[in-house]
Amino acid sequence: MVQDNFLGNYTSCVAARSTNRGILAGSQDGGIATGLLAFALEQGIIDGAIVSMVDPSEPWKPMPFVATSPEELYFARGTRYSLSPNLALIKEATRSYGLDKVGIVGTPCQMQGLRKGQLYPIGLRDVPDKIALAVGIFCMENFPYQSIIQLVEDHGNTKLENVVKMDIGKGKFWIYTERGAVVQLPLKITHKYEQPGCHVCLDYVSNLADVSTGSVGTPDGWSTVFVRSKKGNDVWAKAMAAGCFETKPIEEVKPGLDLVTKLATEKITKNRKSLEERAKFGIGKGLRNPYI
Amino acid sequence: MSGCTGCEVAIADNYAGLLTLLDRYVDWVYDLTLADVRHIPEMDVALVEGSVCINDHLSVEEIRETRERSKIVVALGACACTGNITRFARGGQQNQPQHESFVAIGDLIDVDVFIPGCAPTPQMIRNVCVCAYLLLKGNDDQKALAGAYLKPLMAAAKCDPAPTGCGHACGCDLIVGVINQGLCMACGACAASCPVRAITMELGKPNIDRELCIKCGACFNQCPRSWYSFDVTNQYESIMETIDAAMAP
Ligand code: SF4
Ligand code: SF4
Ligand code: SF4
Repeated sequence: MVQDNFLGNYTSCVAARSTNRGILAGSQDGGIATGLLAFALEQGIIDGAIVSMVDPSEPWKPMPFVATSPEELYFARGTRYSLSPNLALIKEATRSYGLDKVGIVGTPCQMQGLRKGQLYPIGLRDVPDKIALAVGIFCMENFPYQSIIQLVEDHGNTKLENVVKMDIGKGKFWIYTERGAVVQLPLKITHKYEQPGCHVCLDYVSNLADVSTGSVGTPDGWSTVFVRSKKGNDVWAKAMAAGCFETKPIEEVKPGLDLVTKLATEKITKNRKSLEERAKFGIGKGLRNPYI
Repeated sequence: MSGCTGCEVAIADNYAGLLTLLDRYVDWVYDLTLADVRHIPEMDVALVEGSVCINDHLSVEEIRETRERSKIVVALGACACTGNITRFARGGQQNQPQHESFVAIGDLIDVDVFIPGCAPTPQMIRNVCVCAYLLLKGNDDQKALAGAYLKPLMAAAKCDPAPTGCGHACGCDLIVGVINQGLCMACGACAASCPVRAITMELGKPNIDRELCIKCGACFNQCPRSWYSFDVTNQYESIMETIDAAMAP
């Protein structure tokens, strides 16, 4: 078990990608979250998963939903860069959807909410023991849906419904349209549109997930994967044995773990500082620090 | 006190787990519904359900006695913690129409631990019971773990963090205590935890139907940005294993 102040506890870290071309095609990177949940669903390790899909009524607007088949999981591929409150369905998944073994994908903060909810199930009756697999993603910051509209339509001068892909990388926010245009916005424009709550976030790589994954650290088309808990190790080992993923040691890929560590350190250091600034936000009065 | 017995039913909803708790960790010395004891005895821990009707002398006397005779007083459930739905009471009910004034137990006595929720969940009650036992009787590691686990629930009983814990809860705590403070990150835990579905997530933030809200405080306490302990959650696997082991048949 590696214990790292910024990357959390993990038993292994690899570069990986799905061996299923269908999954890879629609995924942001190596198709890890979709591939792992689809495998867990087929094996009966979970009987459904809370993921995020695009709300059919508005372009790129995410909404949480409960997928109970691999086909439904495929709707969830890709990244939307805007808020999807997946935990809102955590109790409902065990009620009207009748799940006994719940899978969930979420951001680091959602993994925190999930574990708090398992330890302190104040309003989550009968939920804690039904969480079978939590897949966490990497997250630097997130945007309200209206911020995405603001960035794409106002700053990017592009209609949101024509956008086929968005990405944050190489210091820019990238917008790709269906007709092949590429718009890039420097991140200094995007910063002010971030969700304020992200500025006190002290987790970059979903330290509390069973398995966490993200694109940073690995080449295009691959993902970095941290396998963390007993449940995570169990399902990852089974998925590997079944040939779901192709892997390489993280030491052998570029840019590798150093970049993940660098970004995690930057994010957490910056947000610790913002917590300190919040403490003396007024004169002799500050803003609340949620961490005890 | 003045409650609906739902909190007590939630204890019983641990089913076989309740028997394990009673066999190994708890002597059940007083309970108007389940134990044949008339007067409040000396206790290590008292779990109190319901708010106090200050127009009812017996209730007032009993909450005072409970404090005097117990080492630790736990407010079990939202009515005891923060008043909950009894905050809407205004009397006029037969056969005691003059019973119109209800307060959270913390308005009258010092409370040591909150177990919020309407009703509190069986798993939450189980976790608190096991941790309370480990805090008193466990080895050093278990004591430290159980102490860290109980700390936020003890802080809540001392009004920390406001706005909850001050004898009054509301869905608007999410607005005042989380969103107004720049802390909400759109996880949705609040919406999932509301027993009356008063919260919907609109564009990533909780939207509270205040006509539906019964003032239970579950949403604010469930929120990872109301209070959050890295000491506890970073050890979530070992805490859950410890509790499972303590409850294993
Ligand atoms: S930066 Fe943190 S708070 Fe914001 S969405 Fe990502 S994990 Fe959540
Ligand atoms: S909004 Fe719901 S969970 Fe929050 S205090 Fe009101 S009833 Fe309770
Ligand atoms: S639980 Fe807290 S952080 Fe999560 S959506 Fe509700 S108010 Fe926001």
